[in-house]
Amino acid sequence: MSTLQVELVAADRRVWSGEAQAVSARSTEGDLGILPGHSPLLGVLVEGEVRIDTGDGRETVTIDTGFLSVDHDRVTIVAEQVDASSLSSGATD
Amino acid sequence: MGAQQRVYRQRSRSVQSMKKITRAMELIAASRVLKARQRVEQTTPYARAITRAVSAVATFSDVDHPLTTERENPTRAGVLIVTSDRGLAGAYSANVLKKSEQLRELLHEDQRTFVPYLAGRKAEGYYNFRQRPYETSWSGFSDAPTFEIAKEIGERLTADFIKGADEGGVDEIHLVYTRFINMVSQEVQVVRLLPLEVVEEDVSESGADLFPLYEFEPSGPQVLDALLPKYVTSRIYNALLQAAASELAARQRAMKSATDNAEELIKTYTRLANQARQAEITQEISEIVGGASALADAK
Repeated sequence: MSTLQVELVAADRRVWSGEAQAVSARSTEGDLGILPGHSPLLGVLVEGEVRIDTGDGRETVTIDTGFLSVDHDRVTIVAEQVDASSLSSGATD
Repeated sequence: MGAQQRVYRQRSRSVQSMKKITRAMELIAASRVLKARQRVEQTTPYARAITRAVSAVATFSDVDHPLTTERENPTRAGVLIVTSDRGLAGAYSANVLKKSEQLRELLHEDQRTFVPYLAGRKAEGYYNFRQRPYETSWSGFSDAPTFEIAKEIGERLTADFIKGADEGGVDEIHLVYTRFINMVSQEVQVVRLLPLEVVEEDVSESGADLFPLYEFEPSGPQVLDALLPKYVTSRIYNALLQAAASELAARQRAMKSATDNAEELIKTYTRLANQARQAEITQEISEIVGGASALADAK
């Protein structure tokens, strides 16, 4: 099964990047779940939690407003501020 | 010790303590410029992601957004001038201000009013001294700008742009800042920030693969609405960071040449002091010899 290449980017740094099985975030229209093979999407995110399911664990971060783009299994989550205190260390490059 | 000698020694000592200060400033600037450059690099993923997203939306929805529409007869042009808070950075701030004056003349020829927005105490000082009015100013962050500052500036500029010239706002916004090329060269740049011209910078890198047919959530125009202000802020943030790196590099260079000059001066003063000492000795000897021979003659 293919995986998602996820990049979580804050205004002043790259917070997290790596492979994931699924990503979920809250968009203006409601909760949004991304699985591998998702069609290209550009969505506006509202304040809330972003969950990244890495297969052997789950990363949860809180973001303020931002946006998310999906194309060819590459997911980029962009937010101005990311609270990365809950991130498990080591995944950041 | 003779008076002449003492004067030279004093000067040499004062130059020595100045040298210590400039050397310290040089080292501080050198260590900070590294950090500033890293900060510029760290914001690249964000800038790239946002540029890509904005160009994607712009490609697929031909909506006219207020921030991208050219005004027909622009009468007032806002200019954000990014200078440093402190001096001792060579011609860094002077160059930016000089460029802004050129832009001012250019805009005048086009019958547009120059509306300055200032960043950095040096620019404030320049305008206050000449008693020229300015729209508003921000200062106190020039060597380490934060994203919050960029956001504040971005929001103010965007708001004034949307207001339009008729209601006291502006019709376009230019940005005068110093682009960091490398440690020895920084270039003053004038770019037009608003109305936006999307698509640039990263074209060469990602231009080959075309954008997929995106779905927009909630909708194209609304996504653009959310993205464009962020794009503006990201551009300003990048400009501030580049300016900070340039300022520190300029300061390092200025302080290095100041240190070199101090060394040169110390050398000159030491030579002069030695000469004075030797002259004194020679004089004393000739006085003793003269005195002795006078005594001998008297016998």
